Amino acid sequence: MREVFVPKSSTELWDMWGSYPNAQVYAGGTDFLVQLRNRKRDASVIICMERLEAFKGVQQQQNMIRIGACTTLSHVLKEPVIRKHIPVLATAIRRLGSPLIRNMATIGGNICTASPAGDTLPPLYILDAVLEICSEQGIRHIALKDFIHGPGQTALMKNEILSCINVKIPQEYQIHHFEKVGKRKAMTCSVASLAGLLKLDHKGVIKGVRLAWGAVGPRVLMSEKVERSLKGMQLSAESLENAVQQGTEIFSPIDDIRASADYRRKIAGNLMRRLVRHVQPDAGYQIRPDTRIRQPENI
Amino acid sequence: MLISFCLNGELKKLNISPNRRVTDLLREDFGLTGTKEGCGTGECGACTILADGEPRLSCLMLAAQLEGKKIVTIEGLSDGQKLHPVQQAFIDYGAVQCGFCSPGMILSAAAFLRQTPEPSRDQIRESISGNLCRCTGYQKIVDALEAAAKIMQEE
Ligand SMILES: Cc1cc2nc3c(=O)[nH]c(=O)nc-3n(C[C@H](O)[C@H](O)[C@H](O)COP(=O)(O)OP(=O)(O)OC[C@H]3O[C@@H](n4cnc5c(N)ncnc54)[C@H](O)[C@@H]3O)c2cc1C
Ligand code: FES
Ligand code: FES
Repeated sequence: MREVFVPKSSTELWDMWGSYPNAQVYAGGTDFLVQLRNRKRDASVIICMERLEAFKGVQQQQNMIRIGACTTLSHVLKEPVIRKHIPVLATAIRRLGSPLIRNMATIGGNICTASPAGDTLPPLYILDAVLEICSEQGIRHIALKDFIHGPGQTALMKNEILSCINVKIPQEYQIHHFEKVGKRKAMTCSVASLAGLLKLDHKGVIKGVRLAWGAVGPRVLMSEKVERSLKGMQLSAESLENAVQQGTEIFSPIDDIRASADYRRKIAGNLMRRLVRHVQPDAGYQIRPDTRIRQPENI
Repeated sequence: MLISFCLNGELKKLNISPNRRVTDLLREDFGLTGTKEGCGTGECGACTILADGEPRLSCLMLAAQLEGKKIVTIEGLSDGQKLHPVQQAFIDYGAVQCGFCSPGMILSAAAFLRQTPEPSRDQIRESISGNLCRCTGYQKIVDALEAAAKIMQEE
């Protein structure tokens, strides 16, 4: 029979791990319990982290936002700080699963699952998220892009948990963009996704850009070459087409039940070509005198 | 493991295996078969229950997670003999065919409408996007929920 523990504090968690060093942890269970049920995973002792208040909640400290790893995605989405300062993450969460899944699933779970299609990953990559990893011995920090090694592979060591995600508010970028293509609108994994941060001057010249693609490689993809080719250019169909050409070589998608590699590669390019359509005043970007911020649609 | 929680307004204390899925516990131990199991993997929403007022999937919850929670299943949603406005609207608008999805759909919607008194049709669709229906084509469900929203606002 499998033992299940639900600790209420980190002290209790470390004690349980002390007694059962091989115990496995889960948070929302939307990946973990599915894998247990499909027998893709086995464990005789499991620990549910849904009640670890110390690892929950969203806080702003000056220009940093701290998101507790065990915060549910519904909770993250409701936070005004997130919607105001990092709408790129809010939009991505809104496209993840369904309200039911988001009520249970946590942001830490999405990161630790390290799926190439994890929808919070592209936004967190371009936001240069830094993770706090916690163990009984203390806390260490690691950049998200160094944390994820490949599908299902992370830098977590035995009896460590992800406790917090730190994001610096990207003051310099006015435009936050996230688009995901899946087989249907809700409850579906990404076939490909693109997250972007853009800084445009008043003439539409790109002064700064960060782009990251999901589901078109073993990890989230970013390309300095693509970003460099866009910088200083007018945001236009031509400059994006040129950037797509620079980018295609980095895409290394897989064939799976959801889509073929060729289709994924095509979508990844089209997501970028479409940027010119999205970054128009009438395409959902609220125009203010000094900023254009993508408003997360009526959440 | 001794677990105590509130089920449809009644305090329950029982000794159970912490590894039981909440769906199984409700259906087998409590005979509350209104909670359905469709997929068992989070995809269909047939197993939806309310935990502290929030819709959750009981197929992805283990008994140990019930400790201290207030659980409402479809059997506990009505106020005595008086159906919840969402239940009544489902009848009035013919939003039920085989009925397998209805308990989960109704609980998801009831929680959503309590928080969003004047929803748009798109918001209604989004709110039940984790509850699949194989029969109705959703139109009548959305109609019923629009009507229920108005009634809940008046009440
Ligand atoms: C129907 C359905 C639809 C879905 N749709 C999407 C989608 O559209 N996009 C998407 O990206 N995902 C989707 N998912 C996958 C899943 O919901 C997300 O990855 C979710 O964020 C996982 O969070 P969780 O808290 O449920 O993780 P869990 O299942 O609890 O854990 C996942 C893994 O991470 C580890 N873990 C969790 N938290 C921590 C922590 N704090 N420290 C260390 N390790 C930890 C666990 O040990 C486990 O290995 C879907 C899942 C289902 C069932
Ligand atoms: S049975 Fe729980 S979601 Fe399908
Ligand atoms: S009425 Fe049959 S599944 Fe919805």
